[in-house]
Amino acid sequence: MSESKTTTVEVRLPTRLGYEKVAMSTAASVAKLMGFPEDRVEDLKTAVAEACINAIEHGNRLNEKLSVGVVLRAGGDALEVKVIDDGKGIGRHPAKPDIDRKMHGEEDPRGMGMFLIQALVDEAEWVQGSEGNSSYVRLVIKLGKEVA
Amino acid sequence: MQSETKSRVDQLKSPQGDPVAVLRFEGDIASTSKDAVIGAYQALPKDSTKLILLDFTGVDYINSSGIALVIQLLIEASNSGQKVSAFGLSAHFTKVFTMVGITKYAGLYSTQAEALAAL
Repeated sequence: MSESKTTTVEVRLPTRLGYEKVAMSTAASVAKLMGFPEDRVEDLKTAVAEACINAIEHGNRLNEKLSVGVVLRAGGDALEVKVIDDGKGIGRHPAKPDIDRKMHGEEDPRGMGMFLIQALVDEAEWVQGSEGNSSYVRLVIKLGKEVA
Repeated sequence: MQSETKSRVDQLKSPQGDPVAVLRFEGDIASTSKDAVIGAYQALPKDSTKLILLDFTGVDYINSSGIALVIQLLIEASNSGQKVSAFGLSAHFTKVFTMVGITKYAGLYSTQAEALAAL
């Protein structure tokens, strides 16, 4: 992402399920202003929603005294989104869900959020915060790229 | 903040004359949608309901918890010998359902007519 000519938008969400839709709408508005096509905006909305849900449920453990930070940095050719929580972070890469194992009760039907994030954006990384807090997931979606 | 999930059931016939239960959803499908998704499915009589269509035409937002509920429904239907197909998903959620492998266990169609014709 180009460092020049960036615009930053920040949103602070309560740790409450449902408020991920505020981040979704904000990210979608920024992406549309940047000229992303509708299908990429939809990819971004789902990725941002899942990142926020993970932050609310797992990072902040539904503790309403905490908040989730969402920082969007719009550059000339890419949009970077950081979703920041007060958890310890995730040190592993997401596994692809195995629908056969899920259907046979060998794998939890849930647990697809990280996979979807990684599948729908061009870059995704999970960064563990120092001293066990302020961990974040960083997403980048680029203009002119398509997810198959 | 999340829009409440509503569901209702319509009874139709397949082109072969078999009964088909259509579960129609409206609103968001998320972790709070268990009653609307699983509850509505479980209220169908298992002995007489062998063909089920899921109508997502009125659904704007589905997150991973909502997808997990759909998978849970598919597990129960599979265990009961029921065939499930879905229609009315947006292009984006058709892609997402395909990514997670749901198409292996439920056909996805654009319209109710296409879904009925494929039964």
